[in-house]
Amino acid sequence: MTKPSILRRLVLLPMVALCSLAVTAGSAFAWEPKKPVEFIIMAGTGGGADQMARLMQSIIQKNDFSNQPFIPINKPGGSGAEALRYLQDKSGDDHIVMITLNSFYTTPLQNPGLGVDISTFTPIGRMALDTFLLWVSSDSDIMSLDDYVMTVKEKNKDWKMGGTGQGQEDSLLTGMLQNKFGFEVTYVPFPGGGTVAKNLIGKHIDSTVNNPSEQLGFFEAGKSRPLVAFTPDRLKQFPDVPTSGEAGHPDLVYFMQRSINAPPGMSADAQAYYIDLFKQVFDSKDWQDFCASDGIFCDEWLAGEDLAAYHTAEKAKHEELLKGMGLIQ
Amino acid sequence: MEIFDALMQGFATAVTPQNLLLMMLGCVIGLFVGAMPGLGSVNGVAILLPVTFLVPPTGAIIFLAAVYYGAMYGGAISSIMLGIPGASTAVATVFDGRPLAMQGKADWALVAAAVGSFVGGTISVILFTLFAPPLADFALKFGPQEEFALMMLAFATFIGLGGDDIPKTIFSIALGLVFAAVGLDEISGQPRLIFFDIPGFYHGINFLVLAIGIYGIGEILWTLETSQGDVRVSQASFTASRILDAFKRLKSSTVSIISSSFLGYFVGILPAAGATPASLMAYGVAKTMSKDPDSFGKGNITGVAAPETANNAASTGSMLPMITLGIPGSPTTAILLGGMIIWGLRPGPLLFVNHPEFVWGLIGSLYMANLFTVIINIAFIPLFVSVLKLSFTILAPIIFVLCIVGGYAPTQDLHDVWLIVIFGVVFYLLRKLNYPVAPAVLAIVLGPLTERALRQSLVAEQGNVATFVERPLSAIILVLAVLLIVLPVIKMTKHKKKSAAADDGPEADES
Amino acid sequence: MTTRTAELLMAILMGLLSVGLMWKSTELEIGWIPDRGPGGGAWPFWLSAVMLLCCLVTVYRWWRRATPQSRSDVEFMDRNTRRINFITVGSLVALLGLTHVIGIYFAIFLFLLFYIRFVGRHSWLLTGTLSVATPIFLFFFFEALLKILLPKGYSEPLFYPLYRIIY
Repeated sequence: MTKPSILRRLVLLPMVALCSLAVTAGSAFAWEPKKPVEFIIMAGTGGGADQMARLMQSIIQKNDFSNQPFIPINKPGGSGAEALRYLQDKSGDDHIVMITLNSFYTTPLQNPGLGVDISTFTPIGRMALDTFLLWVSSDSDIMSLDDYVMTVKEKNKDWKMGGTGQGQEDSLLTGMLQNKFGFEVTYVPFPGGGTVAKNLIGKHIDSTVNNPSEQLGFFEAGKSRPLVAFTPDRLKQFPDVPTSGEAGHPDLVYFMQRSINAPPGMSADAQAYYIDLFKQVFDSKDWQDFCASDGIFCDEWLAGEDLAAYHTAEKAKHEELLKGMGLIQ
Repeated sequence: MEIFDALMQGFATAVTPQNLLLMMLGCVIGLFVGAMPGLGSVNGVAILLPVTFLVPPTGAIIFLAAVYYGAMYGGAISSIMLGIPGASTAVATVFDGRPLAMQGKADWALVAAAVGSFVGGTISVILFTLFAPPLADFALKFGPQEEFALMMLAFATFIGLGGDDIPKTIFSIALGLVFAAVGLDEISGQPRLIFFDIPGFYHGINFLVLAIGIYGIGEILWTLETSQGDVRVSQASFTASRILDAFKRLKSSTVSIISSSFLGYFVGILPAAGATPASLMAYGVAKTMSKDPDSFGKGNITGVAAPETANNAASTGSMLPMITLGIPGSPTTAILLGGMIIWGLRPGPLLFVNHPEFVWGLIGSLYMANLFTVIINIAFIPLFVSVLKLSFTILAPIIFVLCIVGGYAPTQDLHDVWLIVIFGVVFYLLRKLNYPVAPAVLAIVLGPLTERALRQSLVAEQGNVATFVERPLSAIILVLAVLLIVLPVIKMTKHKKKSAAADDGPEADES
Repeated sequence: MTTRTAELLMAILMGLLSVGLMWKSTELEIGWIPDRGPGGGAWPFWLSAVMLLCCLVTVYRWWRRATPQSRSDVEFMDRNTRRINFITVGSLVALLGLTHVIGIYFAIFLFLLFYIRFVGRHSWLLTGTLSVATPIFLFFFFEALLKILLPKGYSEPLFYPLYRIIY
């Protein structure tokens, strides 16, 4: 693009703006983004949420679902505190959406001073439910959940459970196990799920509660062994792994939701636009293929008010979990 | 020879017309992204990743590998020409690259960086080809204790880097380490050092914020003062004979370049480490082993070649844990890893078996990208050098603008840009009072890795401090670290005795 | 101010900073937690203590006149340096402040205009070319090529038509 043409465009700016308004009015949607949409990721680059956001971005781009690009921006600070506060501060902005982890619930609960109330956020849609399994190294003698409980009860503090940090999903699940079976392990935090998995294979820790995607490579190479899936139904990739219900503990179910949410006070038209757009992403073959290969549940689409109700229930559940672990009052 | 055939297959994949085109495009884009202070290979790869979902995986990885290498080299350009490390991997390149540029020898530094990068890349590709599986097993043995020991080794290589004023050097290191602690305490999951409850501190103080502040804003204030306004930074001319001259000069760095390649590669394959500690350690080792350690930091060509060699070797090295273990050795490989998963390629021990064409295509294209980047860069040297001929009152405001924009881009938060300006001014004043600033930058890079490894080890071993020496591997590394600390101290005391007569000391050249 | 005075003043200021950091670190556990190693505040707390110690040593060395800076009676910053630093830092602060209001592109335009013309005393032609070309280049490099959004403040609506063209 040459310079004179840009200058000319700048001169013609007001006229073009008027014309574009007219075009917008005539389009199929009541609302369309006027500028690129900020796609906030409440975690760092390279993690699960980041991968998903960048995949969604490319699906949107490939299929021309939107006239403006979605631009992923990582705001991992303070386990998502920074991202949540950013959305809260951008109340009423129609050009921001965010992909969440469960820290969407836990971070505001643990930091009441943050001034974030997620029930005011605008719910768009739930894209996926990430699953968890209990893993040990394949060199271990432990073959089942019962074996595991017996061994860990003996070892207690000498048993090292790896995870991604206090208050993170895997630590809550570890807390659930501890409360349920009455043992107390040493929880060792690492910077990411992949590092946790590697430390299990290197035998620097004794067990983990990884997502399938983090362990699949090692599992296929015969280096790690899943004991139980914390899901109501068996996972397609692990047809031989019993669910917690089959092992006799149907209450041990835990998911990580991946949903799209927007700042408080987004206009109803914009909300409708994003719900429609992400529904298309959800239904796309690329997305469903990704879910299937990564052991993620993407069967049920929740949007708008249904998602808000789901958030309320999950928030209450996490409040109880955090209280049970003594992380909040 | 099976491996060799596979590698040849990989090269064949890399040189099809379409892939060559992608590679060229990637190198050039990467080069410009990397040369922009603040933007490094991470940004380049992250931004271009979604584009690659539109082409087949092999083409995509070739493109990204080219961006990766282009950006790595671009980082060196920004380090040498502007004096601002474009990425943490290029910090050590500033130490000697900047003085060389100021002396009008920017082209030498650029050649040194290019040659070093090329040799480092070549040696590490060979090592990768021959020893990938056993090395992956070795990487698995690295637990938090070993990581901590490795960080101690990295600090040890830098013992000689500080100034002559020991309390001020220690102050600078400690300040960098404390800054590194801002944000989140990873072990307890609690926010930490959130000054005045400003949300911008939640993401911590990024290395780039300090580096751009010190080397961007601070350095320009320094230059404005010493030059009193209108000077040209350098009067470098560019001729083919000067390039040949540079190659001749580099002969003395041969040993350093080769040892940095091995060092870089081995540090690179360790999952936690990556290219930054590798390049820092290579610089430290080159200085320690040099016959003339005092010339480092004042424009020694080996001081540019060693870290650039190591960071390129480590970039290839860090592909290994990514491919075989699914563990990114650097932020950039973390994004590549995400890409692979989306392309349906599951990293892990079986990737070599199930998708050899991809793995070797990647290796082949890494190598080709490396070669290509060097050629493009040597061709571009005249252009870069001519930038330095600009009047400083033009160059300075443009560098300021690049600092501001580059400081904003990674986190998209103006809070960080304000910090850059504040750090720039404060560290400029500190520097005027003979506080060394480089140790603070190193400390902020290595700080988080060190604290995390230390505390993970202690948590895992329930507070047993002896764990660091009970594990053989970590004990060995710690012994090496101690040796490295002791060696320069002995050298220094010898040196002091010698030069006791000529007392003036280093402060004489500050004026 | 002489360099000697500056040396003392800086050591005291940095000492105060260290104390502040130590105080802030105590928000988290700074001691040893049995079976878990050091608490979350220990690392910054003890390192800040080291910083404080270094500042105290620097003050002691100042008193003993042990460092070159503590012996120097040369003015810390001469008039010319003060002037150029004041202008430079001031215009940078203005650049950042304006970014919040009129956005980075217009702020950069004004900054370059000021610095190249009034500090550098270059010709209007050169000044004009650079101050217009730089923001335009940055816009296409960051927003079009890299898809990184830069802050635009109240000038945002002006860019809507441009977005329509580049995306």
